Parts: sequence; structure tokens; C-alpha cells
Amino acid sequence: MWTWFYKLASPPYVYGVAAASMPWFLGLAILTIGYGLIGGLVFAPPDYQQGDAFRIIYVHVPSAWMSEFVYTTMAVAGAIALIWRIKVGHAVAAASAPIGASFTLAALVTGSMWGKPMWGTYWAWDPRLTSELILLFLYVGVMSLRSAFEDPARGDRAAALLAIVGAVNVPIIHYSVVWWNSLHQAATVAKLGKPSIAGSMLWPLLSMFVGFMLFYGAVLCLRLQGEVLNRERQSAWVREAIKS
Amino acid sequence: MNSTADGLMVDKVHVWRGDRHVLQGVSTQVRPGELLHVSGPNGTGKTTLLRVVSGLLRPEQGSVSWRGQSIVSGRTEYQAALAYAAHEPALKGDLTALENLRFSVGLKRRSSAVELRGALERTGVSACADLPARVLSAGQRRRVSLARVVAMQAPVWLLDEPYANLDSAGSELVSGLLQAHVAAGGLALVVAHRELTLACRVRRLELNS
Amino acid sequence: MTVGAWEAFWLIVHREMRLSFRRPEQLLQPLVFFLIVTTLFPLGLSLQLSLLRDISPGVLWVAALLSSLLSLDSLFKSDADDGTLEQLALSGHGLTVIVVAKTVAHWLVTGLALVLVSPIVGTALGIPTDAFATMLLSLALGTLTLSWLGAIGAGLTIGLRRGNVLLSLIVLPLAMPLLIFGAGATDRAISGTSAMGALYLLAALCVFTCTLAPFAAAAALRITLE
Repeated sequence: MWTWFYKLASPPYVYGVAAASMPWFLGLAILTIGYGLIGGLVFAPPDYQQGDAFRIIYVHVPSAWMSEFVYTTMAVAGAIALIWRIKVGHAVAAASAPIGASFTLAALVTGSMWGKPMWGTYWAWDPRLTSELILLFLYVGVMSLRSAFEDPARGDRAAALLAIVGAVNVPIIHYSVVWWNSLHQAATVAKLGKPSIAGSMLWPLLSMFVGFMLFYGAVLCLRLQGEVLNRERQSAWVREAIKS
Repeated sequence: MNSTADGLMVDKVHVWRGDRHVLQGVSTQVRPGELLHVSGPNGTGKTTLLRVVSGLLRPEQGSVSWRGQSIVSGRTEYQAALAYAAHEPALKGDLTALENLRFSVGLKRRSSAVELRGALERTGVSACADLPARVLSAGQRRRVSLARVVAMQAPVWLLDEPYANLDSAGSELVSGLLQAHVAAGGLALVVAHRELTLACRVRRLELNS
Repeated sequence: MTVGAWEAFWLIVHREMRLSFRRPEQLLQPLVFFLIVTTLFPLGLSLQLSLLRDISPGVLWVAALLSSLLSLDSLFKSDADDGTLEQLALSGHGLTVIVVAKTVAHWLVTGLALVLVSPIVGTALGIPTDAFATMLLSLALGTLTLSWLGAIGAGLTIGLRRGNVLLSLIVLPLAMPLLIFGAGATDRAISGTSAMGALYLLAALCVFTCTLAPFAAAAALRITLE
């Protein structure tokens, strides 16, 4: 079993696995997202409170979940790379950061779109949206730090440390934002609450969750190939791979 | 019988800086009573090697050990036995020469002001003891950093271009200090462009690209 | 005779203090910035103290945050530039002790100074004097926490181009919880309700940060020194 783990530390092996898995991830992602979208946008009945506006949750909630999942993955990959000096971890972290930031942006935009019919404005300092915004800042910080170093190896290590520090802070930030919101809760501001879920609403939603995960997997595999090639460009196996 | 268990051993050290393979499997050893002169053209990794030996830079592959123990796991003992002088004299401009010594040597061993002034005298800058370091010339600063090395009373000296900015009297001083240190059983790793003519056991490590 | 960790700690704090007081003008800069930023708000918003009082906790805290951030850039920069940081790293005491000593010394001359100046700023913003105790305590805890977050950020950004912008970019999102709790505490003290809940949360955050941040900051320095 441990040989599998050691193999994962080898860049050429990871490159091969990523290249092979990507089409599978993408195919399954298209299927599950397709089912989720059709089921949620077309077939699920309108919510009795929010009407058709609630349908945005099919994109908003999975995006928000993925933004946090990807951040955690990025931090864990960075930690593995820092502690055990497994460089592929840095490649995974670097590949994941823009994906996670995009999910965060998607969550913010869809949240804002949901807000318009709910509150009448495109933005209100709702705890969920505020947390997502701060998460976006954390992503931008990690990406900026990585690119600010001339030596990419040091940039990777610095970004990994920052991602870990950020990951430790994310629960604190969540809690403080919820606390802050409860302090200043005006009667008119409603939270982006999920409507009570009926079965026909639930399955497409779950399918979207799975689909977004698979989509992340597909894009990660794609980006990971690029990252690994870039980082290992001096080594012999890359030259072989380019020739073939 | 492992004679290398007493001294510094560098074992197949590899360092990459970005794309450049700066140190390609460098191995060497320095025993007490020896001086290793690291030379080579610019950019061949002399300073990088010194930083790896000091422990500031961890090599991608390879290891450095002191008295048989890795400098990573035995970091505290190794650093206590080490005096490092980088190419920059490493002095705080707003502190006097004496204060600079006090705050850096003082972290390694307790020493009195008298001892520190003695070290400054030995390197010929006792007149600068109470002057802020920013008013000293480059040569004087080099001498103060040498005084720091002397005052630390450490068995391992790692010196990067100790002759830089010094006149012939200063160069003689450095050579004298190195000879005395090695004769007393210490070991030294010296990075220097120039040729060294020393009355002690000198081995040479030539780095080329 | 080797030097113990406490002795090393005090020696480094002593060194930092001596260096800070050799250039007293540098100590005043963050304080003046604090006053300037605070002045911007009445100029930009309103000069009525009753209106200012409503937003005063937030203004005070944002100003304190920004002023602290300004000075945090210099925590390691000077030592990194002249090579003395390497000497400290090789002193045999491990980077953690060094980082603790430097950060504590830095807080004493910046954060604590901000706290002592805050009554002036508080009066200018219309904060009633019976809220001062909470304000001072929350600022003391908050600036200490911020010094630690800043130490991590400063350790990561030494020597980078536009490092101070990057430092703010990194530290400010992490500092948002302490802004929330600190301003929240001051706000409750002004409105007369109990600020203890917020203060406890702030204190917990401070303790948490002071415990873990030294290791993160030392790791950051190790990465930079390589």
C-alpha cells in the first residue's frame, strides 16, 4: 500500500495518472452536472417561498462548498510538500489555487444574483457572502505571494506556509463573521437561506456537488500536467515525453 | 576507525537555484587543524556551498555532518561551535562596533566588555570600538566582523571572502588569524578569490561550472 | 559557557530597543499616521461628534490596523538587508526565540505606543471616557495579535518587490476577525452593554495567535533565508 503513496511522490507517475484520468473526470463531470442542471433548472418545482429564484442554489452552493474544499486541498498539499519535501504537493497546490479562486468568484457572483430578488440589492453583508469574499482575498494573497518570488521553489514554499496559516484561520474568520452579523442584524436583511428541501430538489443538488468535484478533478488533472512539466523541465523524463 | 567523525563532512550535496544546478554532488571534508580553501570563478556556487555548510541553506540532496552528527538534527550544538562571516560585514549601522559585538557574540557565549575590546584590538580597530558602525570604512567594518569571529571562540570558522576590502596589512592580519586558529586545533572553510599563502595545512576545493 | 534561551531573548529585546531609540523619529511615524488617518474620517464624513461616535470604533480600529501594518514591514527588513538576520539565525538559539524576541520588542514600541495614543484619538472621535477601558484593553490585545500576524507576513515577504503591499494583502484578511471582535467590544462599551463576550473572544484569539504564530513566523524566516 505504501508503494502507491511513494509512487504519488514521483512527478512522472503523477503526470501519467493525471493525463489518463482527466478524460474520465471530465466525462463524468459533464454527465452529473448535466443531470443536476436539467433536474434543478427545469424539473424541480418552484419553491413556495422564493419562487424560481432559489434555483441559483444549484450553482451557488456547490461553488461555495468547492471554494472551501479546494482551499483545504491546497493547504494540505502544501503542507505535505513542506513537511516531507514532496515537490508534487507544490504542483497540486499551484494548480488548485486559480481553480479555487474561480469557484469563490462564482459563489460570490451567483450569491449576488440570488441577492437581487431576495433583498432587492446585489450586495448585502450577509455572513456567507462576506466569508466568501474574505476567502477570495486569501486566495489572491497565496497566488500573489507565489508569483512574487524570483526563485519558484521559494515561492512555492512561502505560498504553502501562507495557505496553511490561512486554512487555520478560515474557521476563525467564519465564526467571527457570523458573530459580527448577529450583532448588526437588521430586520430587513435576510440570510441566503436554503429553502426546505424536497426530494426532487435534493437529488439534482447532490448531483451538482458531485459534478463540481469531478469538474475540479478534471481541471486539476489538466493544470497539474502543465505544472509538473514546468517544474520538471530540466529532467530527462520530460525531454523524453516532449520528443514522443 | 572513522577519522572523519571529528570534523566537517560534506556528502554529495546538490543545490538548484531555479533552473541552475549550482552544486552538483559536492563532497569534501575538513578535519580539525585543517583549512579548506574554496575557490573558483564567479557564479560557481562558492557562497552557496558555504551557506549549505553553515546550515542556512538546506540542500536538495546530500548532507553535512559535524563530528559525525547531521547539522540538521544537531543544529544547536553545531551553531554553538560555528562562527560565520558572510561577504557582508553584517553590522548594525546604528550600533557601535562594541555594541555590535556584544549583541552578536553575547548570544553564543558570555563575554565581558574587556574581552570584546581585546578582540577589536587584535584586529586593529580598537579605536572604532565606540563609533557607530555606519561611519566606519569598508575595511574597518571587515575588521570588526573578523573581531566578532575571533571573539566567538568557535572551533569552526566559515568565512566568505575575508580578505575583501583589506589592505596588505589587513590581509596579513587575516592570514595570521587563520594560521593561529588552525594551529590551535580549529578548522576553517574559507572562500577566497585570491591565492592563499598560509603556514598551515591548506587543502583546496576548486569549484567550476 | 553557553547562553540560555531567556538570556538570548532579553539580549535581543535589548538590542531592538536600543536600535529603536537611536532613531526616535521612526517611532513617531506610525503614531502620526494613526492621527492622520483618524482625521480623514471627520473630514470626509461629518464633524458632528454624535454621528462620529456611531462609527468611531470602526474608524479607530481601521486606523490602528493600517498604522500597525505600516511599521510591520520593518520588523525583519533592516536585519535582512545588512546581513545580521543570518547572524541571528546562526546564533544557536533557533529562529523561534529570535522571532518572539523581535516581535515582542516591536510591539512594545509600536503597538503599545498606539494603545497609549488611543485616548487622544478616541476623544477626537467622540468616544465617551467610560468606554476607554474597553477600548484600551481591546487595542492592546488586538495590536499584539496583529504584530504576530504581521510577523508571519513580514517573514514571508522580506526582500520582495513591493513587499509592503503584499504584506498588507496577506495580513489584512487574516486580521479581519480581530477587527470584528475589537471594534465590536468597543462598540458595546460605548452603547453601554457588556463588552465581556467580545473581549473574551479577542483574548482567546490573541492567545491562540501568540501560541502558534511564532512557529509559523520562524518557518517563514527559514524559507526566506534559504
